[in-house]
Amino acid sequence: MSTMDIVTVTNLSKRYGDFTAVNGVSFSIHRGEIFGLLGPNGAGKTTTINMMIGLARPSGGSVVINGIDAVKNVKKAQSVMGIVPDESNLYDEMDGFDNLCFCGALYGMQRAAREKRARELLEQFDLTKAGKRPFKAYSKGMRRKLTIAAAIIHMPEILFLDEPTTGIDVESARQIRQLLLELKQRGTTIFITTHYIEEAERICDRIAFIVDGNIVASGSVPQLMESVSHGHAIRLAADKDLEPIAGKLQEHFENCIVKTGTDHTVTLVSQEPIALSPVLQYLDSLGISVFEAREIRPSLEEVFVRVTGIEASKLRKEKEKGGRAK
Amino acid sequence: MKIWIAFWNILKKDIKNYYLKPPNISWGIIFPLSWTLMQIIRSSGGMNLSDIRELLPGLMAMSVLFGTTSMLAVTITFERKGRSFDRLLLAPIPLSAMVAAKLSGAVLFGLFNAFVPVLFAAFFVSLPGINWGTLLLAVFLIAVTSALLGLTIAVSAKEVFEAQTFSNFFRFPMLFLCGLFFPISSLPVFLRPLSYILPLTYGTDLLGRAILGTGMLPSALCILILLAFAAVLFAFCHHNIRRKWIL
Repeated sequence: MSTMDIVTVTNLSKRYGDFTAVNGVSFSIHRGEIFGLLGPNGAGKTTTINMMIGLARPSGGSVVINGIDAVKNVKKAQSVMGIVPDESNLYDEMDGFDNLCFCGALYGMQRAAREKRARELLEQFDLTKAGKRPFKAYSKGMRRKLTIAAAIIHMPEILFLDEPTTGIDVESARQIRQLLLELKQRGTTIFITTHYIEEAERICDRIAFIVDGNIVASGSVPQLMESVSHGHAIRLAADKDLEPIAGKLQEHFENCIVKTGTDHTVTLVSQEPIALSPVLQYLDSLGISVFEAREIRPSLEEVFVRVTGIEASKLRKEKEKGGRAK
Repeated sequence: MKIWIAFWNILKKDIKNYYLKPPNISWGIIFPLSWTLMQIIRSSGGMNLSDIRELLPGLMAMSVLFGTTSMLAVTITFERKGRSFDRLLLAPIPLSAMVAAKLSGAVLFGLFNAFVPVLFAAFFVSLPGINWGTLLLAVFLIAVTSALLGLTIAVSAKEVFEAQTFSNFFRFPMLFLCGLFFPISSLPVFLRPLSYILPLTYGTDLLGRAILGTGMLPSALCILILLAFAAVLFAFCHHNIRRKWIL
């Protein structure tokens, strides 16, 4: 475990009879980062998170959180964790404020401290007006936000979130992602499981892909993209049709593969980095103005498909199912 | 201190969310009251009103049994189903402290239930010579063992209706087997061993000693047996929660 790691998971596995839900996964989470575990439904994400937080007993392996053996000393480890389960599980009869105060009390916070913190969180999560409404009267997005607020009332070192935006509206999901980024800025380490590729790409510093209980790839988003990238590519958008000069371009930039598009665009692909200014100068000499140039990189979705062999459409279907179900 | 804050707040939350709800308060009053009234009506048709005192141990034991077992079994199953119980399992407090907090609410509800027949009976008969210390201890131990029975049921049930069905499966035979309204000696011989493996038998006997001054066994022995039942049931529930709910 390096000093920058707050979590080290080593050879963690979970078997239910003959079925292996998690098969010896290992990864570490750096202090202050957002780490995402990405995979389709049934891949082992929830089982992994449950073993880390103490809701499931591992069949093998170890979990060390903030220097605490979270398998042997689960209660001590739980004191530094905040946990947001895949379903909002606060108390329907209690109002938002009381729910937050109750969760603070579970972590041994004194009354004055938990009430002050509850008020701060309601304000931070834009729920002050709803603070005295019973939890059962909250919308799905509000329920999710209050559940996250409840998980951080005791200011945990690390926050675990299981599918935090599944089944909620787009605006609430956007707000939650923004809140997670703010929490990260304040120094909270975040572990998130999701099957939303775009979400993982947008907020995670590092990602691990899990399929059938195995981690098949992990790294930062650029590292993962680099791992499947076969060169460099830039796309230029010009003011004229570039099809007639495709041959000239190919001759002039013989180290590149040139592909022109029907929409006044041209793409140059090379194993080496492509210098932009010679291309712009050459096109200018031909009387062509370029008004957009951008590097083309594989998306995380492409990386996921290449690494896991699972079509992104499958994940999208699950996303839709999740949205309908919850 | 931190454990105590969590313990107290779990207890307070349960009392506020479940036990102080109007349907449960009315259940806690109406159920023992109707049984007491039934016995009074029955007594005016042949029994002396003073016989109410003899029925009091059975009425109190039954009120505690019905109040605690069903409430704890149903509330825990309800929280399990809504997954709010996971919140308690994930709190950094020992499992035994959390279980004790959940039990405490049911035990307090049981104590409240137990004294409804006493209050009602006090209007009709005088109640001198009652050993209140023993009576309170007896009610407390019946409440603890019954609540633990409720917890045992909760660990086995997945749905609220299952918890209610299991509760009745245990409770109604206990009305007849534990000497609540007629002595164990009047039971068929083959049923008597069952009576002696049920904690309510010893609780009722202890209540009899406190109220009537008579009983099958010495008070100290009943207390010891009830404490042993409580310890075994607590350990059993603790083990089962770890085994079944922390997968």
